[in-house]
Amino acid sequence: MSPDGLEKTAVEARPPVLAPGHTYASITDKISSIVLLQKTKRGWWFGFAVAFTLFMVLNFAVGYLMLMGVGIWGINIPIAWGFAIVNFVWWIGIGHAGTLISAFLLLMRQAWRQSINRFAEAMTLFAVASAGMFPLLHMGRPWLFYWLMPYPDTMGTWPQFRSPLVWDVFAVSTYGTISLLFWFVGLLPDLATLRDRASNRLAQITYGFLAMGWRGSARHWQRYEMAYLLLAGLATPLVVSVHTVVSFDFTIAVVPGWHSTIFPPYFVAGAIYSGFAMVLTLAIPLRQFYGLEDFITLRHLENMAKILLATGLIVAYGYVMETFMAFYSGSTYDRSMIMNRMTGPYAPVYWLLITGNIAIPLTALWSAKIRRNVAALFVISLIVQMGMWLERFVIVVTSLHRDFMPSAWGMYYPTIWDWATFAGSIGLFLTLFFLFIRFLPMISIFEMRGLVHQVKEEKA
Amino acid sequence: MMRHPLYGLMAEFETTDDLLNAAQRAHAAGYRRMDAFTPFPVEGLAEAIGYHKTHVPLICLVGGLIGCMGGFFLQYWPNVFGYPLNIGGKPYNSWPSFIPITFELAVLCAGLATVFGMLALNRLPTPYHPVFNAPRFELATRNRFFLCINARDSRFDAQKTREFLQSLNAREVSEIES
Repeated sequence: MSPDGLEKTAVEARPPVLAPGHTYASITDKISSIVLLQKTKRGWWFGFAVAFTLFMVLNFAVGYLMLMGVGIWGINIPIAWGFAIVNFVWWIGIGHAGTLISAFLLLMRQAWRQSINRFAEAMTLFAVASAGMFPLLHMGRPWLFYWLMPYPDTMGTWPQFRSPLVWDVFAVSTYGTISLLFWFVGLLPDLATLRDRASNRLAQITYGFLAMGWRGSARHWQRYEMAYLLLAGLATPLVVSVHTVVSFDFTIAVVPGWHSTIFPPYFVAGAIYSGFAMVLTLAIPLRQFYGLEDFITLRHLENMAKILLATGLIVAYGYVMETFMAFYSGSTYDRSMIMNRMTGPYAPVYWLLITGNIAIPLTALWSAKIRRNVAALFVISLIVQMGMWLERFVIVVTSLHRDFMPSAWGMYYPTIWDWATFAGSIGLFLTLFFLFIRFLPMISIFEMRGLVHQVKEEKA
Repeated sequence: MMRHPLYGLMAEFETTDDLLNAAQRAHAAGYRRMDAFTPFPVEGLAEAIGYHKTHVPLICLVGGLIGCMGGFFLQYWPNVFGYPLNIGGKPYNSWPSFIPITFELAVLCAGLATVFGMLALNRLPTPYHPVFNAPRFELATRNRFFLCINARDSRFDAQKTREFLQSLNAREVSEIES
């Protein structure tokens, strides 16, 4: 065999983006049948029941919080931020992978994004919903949240526009809105497909109403594609700005462990890291239960694992630099903060974070065998999410708990209500996600048809 | 304008190549009022039916500029005129701190303008449209490709146009009522 031939077999050994043998019709029927024809699976009911129960736990915990105030949580001075901010940063970070897949990979013309972008965008939307809730609950009087918005009030006062907390309001609400628009625009042609394929009247009317009379006109497609591309171009810098602004919540303060210039890039990398882990956590069971292995192939899983590896390395670099700068800066407070992080009362949390974020995934993912092992990837994705949650815990809690004067030192222990709200937010996320996979196409049908067309052209 | 009893003639094709070829030939034959319907965006189709320019990018730019200037003014006015406060001796117009919100609002307005501009230019929502009456048009969102020549086209002739479309490898040509 010639060297040329050898190279070719190596390339062909990579799993395809789309399993062979699919046509426009087979893809349309397969994806739309999950929503329209198939009976609701027993597994769906089970998962939904669990998610909905957790969601009810959230309602209960929030109801009690409204009644009693934030004193039911473990927060106090010096650790005023606690779980609420940890969960906020964690959820908003998870959302970032969805936008990155749908926007950034579109700009880069990556064909493998087509089958994962829809549910990744849905994930973004629901993660932002879970995230946005926490700062509001943490305010103590959530019903006065509109004080954060600039509106002409009777006292003539305005929000403090120089504060990163106000930037956050704008960043997160813009992010939520743009994600919703992006998701809905992407859904439009698929809603028309569902309208045309639905056999019962209620589904026809509902999907017909949402599809707004989309008829696939060439002129419409032209404007549609342009709008979609522009939205992708807008969403890509937006996603970077959102987590940068979230990191400003920390870095603009003078607290040792927060006041660092490496935070914005390392927060963005961490967000993508945890987000891709979440996409894997969702994609692996989805493709299994709904038989979507043809569309979400090993190629997708492997590519996502590679992104995990790359962003994980950036995060690791962030940790190394943080530690190095604490010593190199010569600042007593910085040095004692990092030593306390590694050896103090929260040291087990710190080392668990290093294990979950660095030691396990960044050694395992180098192996192509593991990157193509579905079960191993699923476990790694869960470990990374745990690690990233612990990272935010470490940043928030260990930086605050030893104030400048030993007399002001304290410890933070989460209460049952902290845990209930956290578990409940997972319930909210999963409830929305279960409803999404039942009522909307979880894979973009029209983009998959485009992919079939592209594959055909390449062959011809 | 008088309501024409016939909206147009709809030809159904099996492949994108047939449709593209038909659209180009129809344009070359002098037809201008026509539209094609496909289950996914087909490259070059809009150009083939003689549609080149889209105003969506301009709308996006205008939206972005409004958001950008509005966002900066939103912070500049209260801090300099509305309720100036001296905080740590910082200048009233401390513009670097105003950049994040300016950026976010620019993106927000540009995004809203793009989506609503695209929908408005496409005249969506349009719950009813005559082309939905074409037989098997529900396949336009599955695996068939359609070309419609409007009856108001100056070269339209029910008989001749039908023969022309049939000569283009169309699977079927049908009349659509308006």
